[in-house]
Amino acid sequence: MDTFVQLGYLVSAALFILGLKRLSRPRTAVQGNMLGSTGMLVAVIVTLIGTEAAGIGIIIAGVILGGTIGVLLATRVAMTGMPQLVALFNGFGGIASLLVGAATLYPDLAEGVELEATDLATGALTIGIGAITFTGSLVAFAKLQELLTGDITQPAALRAANIGLVAMSAALGVLLVVMSGSIWMWLLALAALAAGITLVLPIGGADMPVVIALLNSFSGVAASTTGFVLGNSLLIIAGALVGASGLVLTLIMCRAMNRSLGNVLFGAIDAVAAGADGDRIYDGKVTSASADDVAMMLDTAAKVAIIPGYGMAVAQAQHAVRDLTRALEGQGKEVVFAIHPVAGRMPGHMNVLLAEAEIPYEQLKEMEHINPSFGQVDVAIVIGANDVVNPDARDDPDSPIAGMPILDADRARTVVVIKRSLSPGFAGVPNPLFALDNTMMLFGDGKAAVEEIITALADL
Amino acid sequence: MTFLIALTLFVLAVFLGVELITKVPPTLHTPLMSGSNAISGITLIGAIATAGTDYSWLTNILVLGAVALATINVVGGFLVTHRMLGMFNRKR
Repeated sequence: MDTFVQLGYLVSAALFILGLKRLSRPRTAVQGNMLGSTGMLVAVIVTLIGTEAAGIGIIIAGVILGGTIGVLLATRVAMTGMPQLVALFNGFGGIASLLVGAATLYPDLAEGVELEATDLATGALTIGIGAITFTGSLVAFAKLQELLTGDITQPAALRAANIGLVAMSAALGVLLVVMSGSIWMWLLALAALAAGITLVLPIGGADMPVVIALLNSFSGVAASTTGFVLGNSLLIIAGALVGASGLVLTLIMCRAMNRSLGNVLFGAIDAVAAGADGDRIYDGKVTSASADDVAMMLDTAAKVAIIPGYGMAVAQAQHAVRDLTRALEGQGKEVVFAIHPVAGRMPGHMNVLLAEAEIPYEQLKEMEHINPSFGQVDVAIVIGANDVVNPDARDDPDSPIAGMPILDADRARTVVVIKRSLSPGFAGVPNPLFALDNTMMLFGDGKAAVEEIITALADL
Repeated sequence: MTFLIALTLFVLAVFLGVELITKVPPTLHTPLMSGSNAISGITLIGAIATAGTDYSWLTNILVLGAVALATINVVGGFLVTHRMLGMFNRKR
């Protein structure tokens, strides 16, 4: 029976590997997801057979409950809510690992059964990482869902508390290994739950793509350490695969901001006093335009690049942007989308929103591909993006965001910036792009502004 | 399974995971994340294996919670990934 189970797990692990491989290519992604879910089905069936479904009542109850909630969440949540949903799912994976770890260790700890130090150590890791993943993801969810708003007034204190709580969790983990009492396990869980909260609470919105990817990685690592506790090869392999892929994604996000992971988690950008500095840069140089002015500019353009940012998601402007794209294409113009890797609140956020608005992904250009050709762009329309088009990041070595790769929107012949006001972006630095001679500011709500441009285009 | 074998599997799988994911187009970042997250719901089989090994009310509650939450992760994760990918492939 054990051989059968192990072979089943081998098949399942192979399916996960093939699934992840295909999930990372556009043409095979759907198939990759299918392979992954098939691997999961194989794993569940084999496990049920291998354990002779000992706790079948609990299993059926849990699967029905979880399955119903999972289906409802996955089918009902709008695409604009995707960052929150991904955060929530990460968190559920983390807490599930924590619970499995606790349920495995607790009976033996309570009865004073002698446990291997490695089992206790990996158990401590499971509970610690699972707990941080859970509460960290819940805080990320609350921030993205805008349940938690407003600035964090004491980020430095929170970061200090976080370091203290992580150290405390580590100490409690060591106590669990040495003293082997269930009290240490529960205290460890509490300390790590608090550590997850203090880890994510001080992190600002624009850094969310890094956090979401990192929590994704954590949920995999927690599953993997659960495998150590249970002596289950498939959990170890599948969890490690996810942990690694999440880490790769995290580092891609960090590189796109030219910051280290440590800097995102524990450092803040040294925001200068944006007010005074902003006045000096903007004073008398900002050109405010109307939708009619923009429409006239677009009328003579041959190539248009649209640069979306989080503001487009907030304004739910993706469908209006699609309509504008269709209108421009109807007049024979070429329209492309320039996507910065950290635009939005999760990795690939803009791509998901634009896909929802039925914009084919061939039309979305990555930063490296579009940047050399901005010189041939007649009109660049920036909608709800700010720091990712700030030329200071490229040109001013003293800027707080110096070195962050940007989209070279300022090199387009004309730049149209759709924005509510001149307020700085997340980094808190003023953006000289808004004061350029070839920039027109169209102030207002993203969706309404784009709709006005469409009307103005039709009236020309 | 000895700890050393477990550690070997872990390290090799991490290397494999890094190799698999290194060149992902940004378009697939979100689906990859939600799809791989669904795979991390593999902890479900840990929950299933733990169910019924101990009959104290506390462990039963822990296991029930683990099964339910891991199932949300698995079912919701794969389903929402499929939904997203469906939008990517939609023809105009």
